[in-house]
Amino acid sequence: MTLLRLEPRGEASRAMVYLTPLIAVALTLVSGFLLFWAMGFDPVKALHAFFIEPVSSVRGVGELAVKATPLVLCAIGLAIGFRANVWNIGAEGQLTLGAIVGGGIALAFYGEGGWWLLPLMIVGGMVGGALWAAIPAFLRIRFNASEILTSLMLNYVAMHLLNYLMHGPYRDPEGFAFPESRLFEADAVMPLLVAGTRVHLGSLFALLAVAGGWFLMARTFIGFQIKVIGLTPTAAGYAGFKQTRIIWLTLLLSGALAGLAGLGEVAGPIGQLNPTISPGYGYTAIIVAFLGRLHPVGILLAGFLMALSFIGGEAAQIALGLPKAITGVFQGMLLFFLLATDVLIRYRLRFGAKTAPKTIAGRAAA
Amino acid sequence: MSADLALIGPVLAAMLTAATPLLFAALGELVVEKSGVLNLGVEGMMLVGAVCGFAVTAQTGSSSAGFAVAALAGAGTAALFGVLTLLLLANQVATGLALTLFGVGLSALIGQGFVGIPIPDVPELNIPGLTDLPVIGKALFGQDVVVYLGLAMVPAVHWFLYGTRRGLILRAVGENHAAAHALGYKVIRIRFLAVLFGGAMSGIAGAYLSLDYTPMWAEGITAGRGWIALALVVFATWKPGRVLLGAWLFGGVTIAQLHVQGLGIDIPSQLLSMLPYLATVVVLVLISRDIARIRLNAPASLGKVFHPDA
Repeated sequence: MTLLRLEPRGEASRAMVYLTPLIAVALTLVSGFLLFWAMGFDPVKALHAFFIEPVSSVRGVGELAVKATPLVLCAIGLAIGFRANVWNIGAEGQLTLGAIVGGGIALAFYGEGGWWLLPLMIVGGMVGGALWAAIPAFLRIRFNASEILTSLMLNYVAMHLLNYLMHGPYRDPEGFAFPESRLFEADAVMPLLVAGTRVHLGSLFALLAVAGGWFLMARTFIGFQIKVIGLTPTAAGYAGFKQTRIIWLTLLLSGALAGLAGLGEVAGPIGQLNPTISPGYGYTAIIVAFLGRLHPVGILLAGFLMALSFIGGEAAQIALGLPKAITGVFQGMLLFFLLATDVLIRYRLRFGAKTAPKTIAGRAAA
Repeated sequence: MSADLALIGPVLAAMLTAATPLLFAALGELVVEKSGVLNLGVEGMMLVGAVCGFAVTAQTGSSSAGFAVAALAGAGTAALFGVLTLLLLANQVATGLALTLFGVGLSALIGQGFVGIPIPDVPELNIPGLTDLPVIGKALFGQDVVVYLGLAMVPAVHWFLYGTRRGLILRAVGENHAAAHALGYKVIRIRFLAVLFGGAMSGIAGAYLSLDYTPMWAEGITAGRGWIALALVVFATWKPGRVLLGAWLFGGVTIAQLHVQGLGIDIPSQLLSMLPYLATVVVLVLISRDIARIRLNAPASLGKVFHPDA
């Protein structure tokens, strides 16, 4: 009856682990082609404007790194949590709190800064993000409340908090009632790394996070515990691994990294606080984490790809009048295709009806 | 009649309308979770339902057509989730998140031509005599028909789950899919139907926001209500009657937030807007702290992947 069915593989396919992200990207491009065509755009021109045009200059490649920075920072932290089955989806809120605390320090010392200001902001941003992530951690451990829902709810709370601050305490006193802060002073801005681009110190932190994330997961006992808890919680229990400690650690770590990402945005490309500091980096980072196979190096590559979808969306909007929302559709499709093709890691597709199960005698003879 | 008393009618009415989208979405998700599937994509399905319902109503002028298409659109996006999680055995948490991210983008794409367009009103109930009652007449008997449909869904879902054979099978699948499979029940088919139902209900919930509650289309119009609906299912410990209670509670919080400002209490509006989300966290904490109760009521196979050969 069934023409197509799934047969479990004896062992997870290593090749498919690396192949499925590529298959997913290819399927997304094909779907994008059809989508553009259905919307009445020249698909070849649209895809070129979306994926190639934006990165065909030094400045464009620089922008790619600028956009990839917050994505990679958030995704590294999220992925470590996902490995332990800690589903922090509040990176957007943690990023916002990092910007609020770190940026608040810049505003508090406005006009009296020094070399110490930026380091203080960086620490403040990380602490802000970590404290915001500590809320779902505490509620999960103390009250068994799902961190998925609490961390997500806090995204909305953070958004309204930022909005309140921009209309109140943080507003530029000389800003004609616009909901924006003062522009940060030179002491409070991330130094640029590459001339002619906007690539800033935050990108270096992102690379450090990639290296640190890899070291933690591949070379330390804590990383081992995280993996065991995620794969077989019962075995982890017998081994005496403390789940509460891992929940604290993964949430605080991902919160701090997301906070650093938020601080990097306001002290980097934006240069001030405003109500729209993130076009959803915290949410896209979830896709980045999965697309990167929850592996730091994979995340770095996936971060660049997702950054391209942001830049491409903007470029295509300007060049062809394509709606900006198409970025979100592309990102969603990519994750769908990835999740769909991931089945190939542990199962293989078989055509035709199921063959009769081998008898014990048959197996013995073989 | 004193001014305070005159306020009861409008406050009650506003509470009922604010509760309606949560009621639809949470009841739908409750059935899905009872079958053992956790679909975190409620927010995305609501958005797709909201935009499709709005687009159809704006084009045809018929709000019933709008709601029907919204239900179909919700079920359509849910089918995507069903294929991925039930047939291709993808992780339910990740796929649900993907559905929400996808729904946010897709709804914005579809809706870009519909921002700021007016649409006709949804018909309101009018029972001569009852609707004209003072104070509460309009609130209880003069609402949009969808509000009553939502209320009717509470006993309907309860009856289906606890009063019919199909409901019993659905619950059995959610408690122990291996046993249900061994007994010969089509686990995947039953779950797929539950997921479709959940999608249709989310679609209606979204359309209620864009056609009735607001009524207009704006990007991200659901503002986290899909997530609140997910929390409501936990709050209700998977019981339909308690979903109603929870929806009213949140309707009340939403309305309180508007009326506090009306009463001249000086709290910035942005801080008041946090209330529904903070209330969700508080409620979730109060319910979840009783681990035994959650364990007793949560479907035992919730979120677990099922493959007949495995």
